[in-house]
Amino acid sequence: MQQFQLNGRPVQVDVEDDMPLLWVLRDELGHTGTKFGCGVAACGACTVHLNGGAVRSCVLPVSAVVGQSVQTIEAKDDAILTRLQAAWVQHQVPQCGYCQSGMLMAATALLRENPQPSDADIDAAMTNICRCGTYQRVRAAIHTAAGQRKRAA
Amino acid sequence: MSTDNPTKLSRRGFLIAGAVATGGLLVGCGAPAPQERLGKPADLPVQGDEVALNGWVKISPDGTVTVAVPRTEMGQGVMTSLPMLLADELDARWEDVRVEPAPVAQIYANEAMMLNALPFGVDDDGWLARTAAAVMQRTGRVLRLQVTGGSSSIRDAWVPLRVVGATARAMLVQAAAQRWQVPAADCRTEAGQVVHTATGRKLGYGELAADAAQLTPPQDVPLKSPDQFKLIGRAAARKDIPAKVDGSAQFGVDVRLPGMLYAVPVQAPVFGADVASFDAAEALRMRGVKQVVQIPRAVVVVADSWWRAKQAAAKVQVTWTATPHDQTSSADIARQAEEALAQQSGTSFTNRGDADQALKDEQAAQGTGGTAPAGGKQPKLLQARYHAPYLAHAALEPINCTAQVKDGAVTVWASTQSASLAKWRASQVAGVDGDRVTLHLPLVGGGFGRRLEIDMVEQAVAVAMQVGGQPVKLLWTREDDTRHDMYRPAAWADFRAAIDAQGQVTAWHNRVAAQSPTYGATQRLLPWAAADSPDKNQIEGAYDLPYDIPNLAVRQVRLKGHVPVGYWRSVGHSYNAFFVESFADELAHAAGQDPLAWRRARLGQHPRHLAVLERAAKEAGWGQGLPPGRARGIALQEAFGSICAQVAEVSVQGDQVRVHRVVCAIDCGHVVNPDTVEAQMQGSIVFGLSAALFGEITLAQGRVVQSSFPDYPMVKLAHMPRIDVHIMRNAHAPGGVGEPGVPPVAPAVANALFALTGQRLRSLPLSLKAT
Repeated sequence: MQQFQLNGRPVQVDVEDDMPLLWVLRDELGHTGTKFGCGVAACGACTVHLNGGAVRSCVLPVSAVVGQSVQTIEAKDDAILTRLQAAWVQHQVPQCGYCQSGMLMAATALLRENPQPSDADIDAAMTNICRCGTYQRVRAAIHTAAGQRKRAA
Repeated sequence: MSTDNPTKLSRRGFLIAGAVATGGLLVGCGAPAPQERLGKPADLPVQGDEVALNGWVKISPDGTVTVAVPRTEMGQGVMTSLPMLLADELDARWEDVRVEPAPVAQIYANEAMMLNALPFGVDDDGWLARTAAAVMQRTGRVLRLQVTGGSSSIRDAWVPLRVVGATARAMLVQAAAQRWQVPAADCRTEAGQVVHTATGRKLGYGELAADAAQLTPPQDVPLKSPDQFKLIGRAAARKDIPAKVDGSAQFGVDVRLPGMLYAVPVQAPVFGADVASFDAAEALRMRGVKQVVQIPRAVVVVADSWWRAKQAAAKVQVTWTATPHDQTSSADIARQAEEALAQQSGTSFTNRGDADQALKDEQAAQGTGGTAPAGGKQPKLLQARYHAPYLAHAALEPINCTAQVKDGAVTVWASTQSASLAKWRASQVAGVDGDRVTLHLPLVGGGFGRRLEIDMVEQAVAVAMQVGGQPVKLLWTREDDTRHDMYRPAAWADFRAAIDAQGQVTAWHNRVAAQSPTYGATQRLLPWAAADSPDKNQIEGAYDLPYDIPNLAVRQVRLKGHVPVGYWRSVGHSYNAFFVESFADELAHAAGQDPLAWRRARLGQHPRHLAVLERAAKEAGWGQGLPPGRARGIALQEAFGSICAQVAEVSVQGDQVRVHRVVCAIDCGHVVNPDTVEAQMQGSIVFGLSAALFGEITLAQGRVVQSSFPDYPMVKLAHMPRIDVHIMRNAHAPGGVGEPGVPPVAPAVANALFALTGQRLRSLPLSLKAT
């Protein structure tokens, strides 16, 4: 039996300790917003937050999150994520959309750590793969969301 | 290609004319009338109080306009651009328009898809081109090809969907006029309402739909002139995007059903091998494993969770049948290609003047030595061999399909580009009639041509037939996705060219050797139609060289091989653009000319190409100074009815290539959603850049070596150049935009690297010798 917080609510599953968090989220808990892309932490489609930091859930055993806080793209009360989602729509970022949950979670973690990232900061933090090639708009949307925070401050 | 003269047909032209005539006898010759695509209300399933006016559009009493979209949304914006066409003519309020996937029916067949098989360029409107196009459109209809690919969705829908919208609008006007008892001509429409101009009375479409549906659709309704468009040509926010930022978008991989099982295949590592025997005893003892079943060329573990199925799949011991390819390596395949180029002259696709004779003449002139005229130069002969490797599609959503076979009925959930073929193949595999198959079409997490294939449907249905009626989701690992693709063919090109003493190119002789992607795909998708015959798609981008060269010969050598090949975003253009635009650059430098000026001087017969080239060069600042250590390269390619030119700006550090900027000009004719065009160019450039810098699939012991992103890498944010897109605005018929942005990237970067380093890179991916 494994318990953890998922988007602010307690959840409980009864699976093998080495089942990756990705498959717990998707197949056991029905949170399909987090995507499977490679299974080897290379593409970032499965990016979620563990205690606020970005992690790749396809290689993270569920045992590593017991008692801790996991946040996914389905979270509703994260102001940074909400602001990024609006910027994503404004810049019409997604194409096929498959990588975008992971992109948004990686960007949310970046802005939490670094509210005004430079292009180099974005390049270093955002190592997710988008096969459709939306990167230029991803970068623009992150800057837009960061700028709104600046104006709001 | 220049227009064939009917009184002086080339052999190839004669063959095409013969094929056109034969096709015409089978399916009819005239261009299909767009009104025939209107369909009937009964074609479209309705929910609640929706009223269907035809096979494409439903209107609810609250004014909501629902448009059926028969093309797959895979990020190219088709769920927005197609309804824009209809809604503009309908005068609907854009906010009232929603979309849903269309069912499978003949009116939704893609009649433009097969135009890509024809060897005619955008500026060819000769009789043969027009007749062949009409036959191909009719063939698409007869085959009921409801497919998304070939950058064809807008080209197919451009007239029919506007006719559908205009016809529905006329019916709504007629319904209002009858209610008011006024002439229809006294009414106009705006923002989802019919207005009686004289009195200002208004009725919303939602109030009129039920009456309008009773009317006979009028024929020959006039279409708007472009200056009357309210939606077409203006950037519209994509309707699929909001669900793609909050995790709610449903892709094939996200299907969840009560009692659903999960399946992971163990697939034959060598293409063509099958299961000889297997031992699943250990797998069957593992937690959650329900069954291990055999299907063609694979053993499949079925479990109560995907991860458990995957863990168990690793424990299945399979013995595979032997094949003649069990030891085949990339070196063997390259040797076979070289032998074929040495032994075969190939099939002629273009034959202008006499390239062989012109080459001999220049060789003879060169042989006499020292006779260059005053101020002239020695004639030059150039030859070069180019190469591009196999490539995987590597869509981010791994291959998957969900199926249920129960009580003689089949239900399939497939993220596919091939709706009609998926449905047909599901019925074939399950042995039921087509009307016993229900197909659901979730979103597609990347297509790029891979999801034109229906192997995942075959597998899922074959598994579902063996699990006692429960739904089963078959999902591949990334490793299987990489190793069981239908690859972009590896290709080799031989060039010979002659430059005379005045610096003019007198002869261009080019042969391209590759497996035929069309033969590969047709064998799998439409086996009864498969023939290893001359394939335009294998040589597109090479045979149709736009440059004015007096003696031009382009020939196709079709290779055989055990590696399955198919359609990969931009198909033959993806390698031929690299070959011909790099070699053109070689000729320009050999003649001591600026690569832009060289191209410009040879595009006299192609004003649209010239304009695109000039635009890209101007916006990139061609000829203007750059910081030290940087250089530019340029490339041009017509593909899928559009013309694209790109200028790349590069630098190098050691052997590392850095692309700083790509300037792209695109002429795609009449633009529907300019923001989508820009996005497709941006994405295409990234896609092309991944192939230019990294992409390579190799073979060892008959099987693919690469497995996942660590050894089949992609461009990421840190590699990104700044991309500037410039869209030519004109009133030509629309061209495609999903693919034409891919081909010019590699040659533009390679040409820039030559300008910078003097290294001519003739093989992809581009690899510099460290300096």
